[in-house]
Amino acid sequence: MPSATLLGQSVLSGVFIGALYGLLGLGLSLSWGMLRQVNLAHFALAFLGAYVTFQLAAVAKIDPFVTLAIVAPAFFVLGMALHWFFLRFSVTLLNTLLVTFGITSIIEAGIQWYWTADFHRMENAYAAVRWKLGPLFLALTDVITLGFALALALGAWAVLRFTDLGKAIRATTEDAPIAAAFGVNEKLLGFLVSGFAASVAAVAGLCLALNHTLAPVQIYAWMGVVFAAVMMGGLGRPIGPLVAGIVIGVSEAVTMAVTNPTWAPLVSFSLLIVILLLRPARFS
Amino acid sequence: MKTALAVCAVVLCAVPFVGLPAFYESFLYLLLSAIVLATSWNLLSGYSGYFSFGHGAFFGVGVYTTAALAGKLGWPFLWTLPLAALAATVLGVALGAVVFRVRALRGELFALLSLAITFVLSTIALNTVDGGPGIQVMVDMPKIAPTASGVLYLLMLAAAALTLWTAYAMYHSRFGTGLFAIHDDEDVAEVMGVPTYRFKLAAFAISCALAGLAGGIHAIFVSYVTVAETFSIALAVNVVLMSALGGTRHWLGPAVGAIAITMLLYAFTSGNAAVVGRALSGLILIVVIVAMPAGILGQILKRFRREPPARPRPEAILTDLHHAKKSGEPLLVVRGVAKAFKGVQALAGVDLDIRRGEILGLVGPNGSGKSTLINVVSGHYAVDRGSIRFEGEELVGTPAHRIARAGIARTYQIPRPFQQLTVLQNIALRPMFGQVVMDRASAEAEAWRWLEFTNLADKAYRYPGELNLHQRKFLELARALASRPRLLFLDEVLSGLTPAEMDGALRLIRAIRDQGATIVFVEHVMRAVMEVTDRVAVLTYGRAIAEGAPAEVMRHPDVVSAYLGAAHV
Repeated sequence: MPSATLLGQSVLSGVFIGALYGLLGLGLSLSWGMLRQVNLAHFALAFLGAYVTFQLAAVAKIDPFVTLAIVAPAFFVLGMALHWFFLRFSVTLLNTLLVTFGITSIIEAGIQWYWTADFHRMENAYAAVRWKLGPLFLALTDVITLGFALALALGAWAVLRFTDLGKAIRATTEDAPIAAAFGVNEKLLGFLVSGFAASVAAVAGLCLALNHTLAPVQIYAWMGVVFAAVMMGGLGRPIGPLVAGIVIGVSEAVTMAVTNPTWAPLVSFSLLIVILLLRPARFS
Repeated sequence: MKTALAVCAVVLCAVPFVGLPAFYESFLYLLLSAIVLATSWNLLSGYSGYFSFGHGAFFGVGVYTTAALAGKLGWPFLWTLPLAALAATVLGVALGAVVFRVRALRGELFALLSLAITFVLSTIALNTVDGGPGIQVMVDMPKIAPTASGVLYLLMLAAAALTLWTAYAMYHSRFGTGLFAIHDDEDVAEVMGVPTYRFKLAAFAISCALAGLAGGIHAIFVSYVTVAETFSIALAVNVVLMSALGGTRHWLGPAVGAIAITMLLYAFTSGNAAVVGRALSGLILIVVIVAMPAGILGQILKRFRREPPARPRPEAILTDLHHAKKSGEPLLVVRGVAKAFKGVQALAGVDLDIRRGEILGLVGPNGSGKSTLINVVSGHYAVDRGSIRFEGEELVGTPAHRIARAGIARTYQIPRPFQQLTVLQNIALRPMFGQVVMDRASAEAEAWRWLEFTNLADKAYRYPGELNLHQRKFLELARALASRPRLLFLDEVLSGLTPAEMDGALRLIRAIRDQGATIVFVEHVMRAVMEVTDRVAVLTYGRAIAEGAPAEVMRHPDVVSAYLGAAHV
């Protein structure tokens, strides 16, 4: 059994990695739940964002947070373009999975071509900032990730819950033709949601660049875990994936502390299977 | 045709013995392994529409099974192949047993879980058999060809032949037809008697077994097995791509795609070109999905699609259609059946008897629970409480396909034909999964009678999308009749028809009645109800409030108030 300090540090790091799962899951959950699109390319997009941030910060010496002002709007447009493509060719739900799989391959190949398959790490001033909380260490970049995840999830939730815009989006999700008959501009809302989802990918990309080493093959490594968080947390729900992501993150971190770290990828899958076995009604 | 196939087989088998450079054997080997993987993937994913992104994982299980048994423990190589197939099958069945039970989101859930399983397996392999550096697989080859690469080529050739034969046989059997029905509308397929859960699981098991077999052979081909190379997502992408490109709705489609993609990727093997190849395969996937959903083979077949010659018309006379005679004893007994949807009590304790040989009119205002009752009896919804006995057998808790096989059929108010099956195939599906299981040929012969009966014979090779509403309604009817049901639920077959079409439909219903069938006739058109029914039952708010002769029931005060409101004088 590991010591209490190690366990505490594991739980803490689990919370932070879980926040990143939740951040990645937010965009997926929204576009899946509201637009009926399963966007596998969300991960490739996040990594593209991370690489662009890395490039701007490392080569052009721009502060990583300032890069967000460039990357996030650009991604908003990318998200809208993707949505336009799906509308234009009326792609079915399952086919969105296949098409975005194709897009993922293209983005991955593009990243590998430009930045090579080697690992990259963004050197930045923020990564050096660490605090000591009793016996535990706390990194600024982790706290920033958690902050972004909480702010965006709660913000999206509040908009959906309390504003007229949110009401219109929820109405469209439930029954688009009826919502349109009540004067909701459902087309515009679709573009808005997909643009927002892609912008969240840009934010997730920034957090990836701040905390992790980057390599093109890692795009796929995040898919299983984050989709598990989305499916456990619920489709079209902003806060669910974050909560589920943190549960998964903590379970993984504890697993790593107690057993061999290489077993961690099994945790999210096992959790999902257990939920499928115990609560199949959750998925119908 | 047969001679061409035989010549082909002889030529392919002779390749290792003519002394070609090993390169050609290896290239042909890769081509064949692509055919095995794409075709086996298609058995589940193309036929039934459950897309798997985890085919690489099942292939990988085969690779590691053989690598561990033959490479580490020194078992004879050929003996490990069945075990490689078995290991992949066990894994697939375990995954399928969990996922295939889910009712909503099942397609997406399956796709994503199969994607995840690749990483899960690579983790397990890394932590157990592999241990990190990989496994060296050096084995004694069986001496069936002069060179080692020749032996591997012959083994993969055998695997490809087996896979293509399986795909062909499934495509032309009831199994395949059932899977195609699942692809189009799984819920309807189940109600039509297709054991959907078992079929999906069986197709998945076969698909995994073939992938595992290919993996076992491949372990020797690569001779040095590593986790990173084995459990790659690229393989899953390529397999999906090959099948989609070739055409997923034909047994030979994936093989066509496999050849095309393997040739293409071969041009981009080394260095930076591999990156270009990956991007290109992504791009082709997108274009194919969006612009060419039928794939290369599908397009070609469409171009050369000929209407088969009209069949000799069988006599449309119905002999021994129904075993039932009017006897008055109850055929179906419904007691206290309740069903709620999120607080809406659709059925609130229905008691109803349906007597052998009668036509029972089931009427009631909109939302009174008529359609829910049909859905409950046919097994589509599970009841909250109550009992439904058919010929003394309890139906509650029986899966829908068993209920269909017991002899209960229904039509859908809004026709739900299988969109990608022809009218003939739509109807022939029923006898294939009816009380007496028929093979495809006799089921089609049977279907022709019902095409004739419903005047759809000249539309036999059309797709449902090409029919008008009236014809689609008759297709629903023909589909239900083709199972020779003992009890038939007609759910508003007349709605939306013109008066003339309605008269035609009523003539058909009378013809069915004259054979002594038991029919439950759900209808709003009162003229029709009064004309054809023997008895009428009235539902309101999920309860049967009156039952009896049509004219009497319509005068019943509760019925009058249910329809017109209570009189306040």
